[in-house]
Amino acid sequence: MTSAESQTATIHVDCPECGSDVGFRRPPLNGEIALCPDCTAELEVVCTAPITLELAPEVDEDWGE
Amino acid sequence: MRIAMTYSRVRREERMLLDAFEQIGVDVTPIDIRSVVFDPERPGQWGGFDAVFDRSLSLTSSLTSVRVLEHFGIRCVNPRSAVEICSDKLETTIALCRANVPTPAVRVATNGQAGLAAVEEIGYPAVLKPTVGSWGRLVARLNDRDSAEAVLEHRELLGSVQQQVIYVQEHIDKPGRDIRVFVVGGEPIAAIMRSSEHWVTNTARGATAVGLDISDGLREISINAAACTGADLVAVDLLECPDRGLLVNELNHSMEFRNSIETTGVNIPEYIARHVAGIAEQACASEEISV
Repeated sequence: MTSAESQTATIHVDCPECGSDVGFRRPPLNGEIALCPDCTAELEVVCTAPITLELAPEVDEDWGE
Repeated sequence: MRIAMTYSRVRREERMLLDAFEQIGVDVTPIDIRSVVFDPERPGQWGGFDAVFDRSLSLTSSLTSVRVLEHFGIRCVNPRSAVEICSDKLETTIALCRANVPTPAVRVATNGQAGLAAVEEIGYPAVLKPTVGSWGRLVARLNDRDSAEAVLEHRELLGSVQQQVIYVQEHIDKPGRDIRVFVVGGEPIAAIMRSSEHWVTNTARGATAVGLDISDGLREISINAAACTGADLVAVDLLECPDRGLLVNELNHSMEFRNSIETTGVNIPEYIARHVAGIAEQACASEEISV
């Protein structure tokens, strides 16, 4: 998410890595991936009530297209 | 009609697909496959769906879920057989050979010693690939016998059992680029050309992509490649061989497209959403007839 997109977001959560604001334009799903606009960490929604972010896991052996 | 979309991570692709379904007015239930327990004797919630659109990032999850869901008689996109063909390079090679679709020469062996003979048969440089893998990971170019011996020994001593399968492909002297064609419902809808200074031209490895017009030849080979897998949705990767023209290199059953929408000007997620909705509609109609 770019900082411009972050401004149009309606849901705001703190980045667990740097504390910056990570925004969502709609309620995210469990497992949704977001990028912190400040530190660019790849984050994963691990809980939706309340919305909780953790660093997204590294690539796994059988991931990909 | 009811559609479920299974996922293990909601990347930009999955979000774009959910948005596309919403925009065309089709209701889709997203289901995190990581939280699912299947009972092979009871379909449970799955019995209420006409089609399941699999978008799991993990191949193991994809195969597990489509195996059970097809056993319940649920139409999966892509079908199990297509996932099995596309996700395994040896299965892909066999399917392409059977359908006479041009593809680079391959040799396969089941241990290191025969593997070295396989590489020598192909000649140098040769490309060693894991049969299952993506994003260009663990792909090695073997320029000479020394490098072949070294990589094969590493594979034998450090690799998993699956990596003992030696799948070696002829190296195509491509012009610093490869081609990807997105095929939806048997029809090529968009194509990109991926360029890189590195010999692995994968955008996950830093290659840059531009849109490409689909020529008659590109269209024909892409349709034939997609058809031999039985996939509803497939990305066909092709190499331009100086001597033999277009060759199908790989097939991808769960395509990524985030960087290909602007470059091609084609709304790929909308095409996919409409096609999946059509499949579900057909499955729903045939259920009504059989009842």
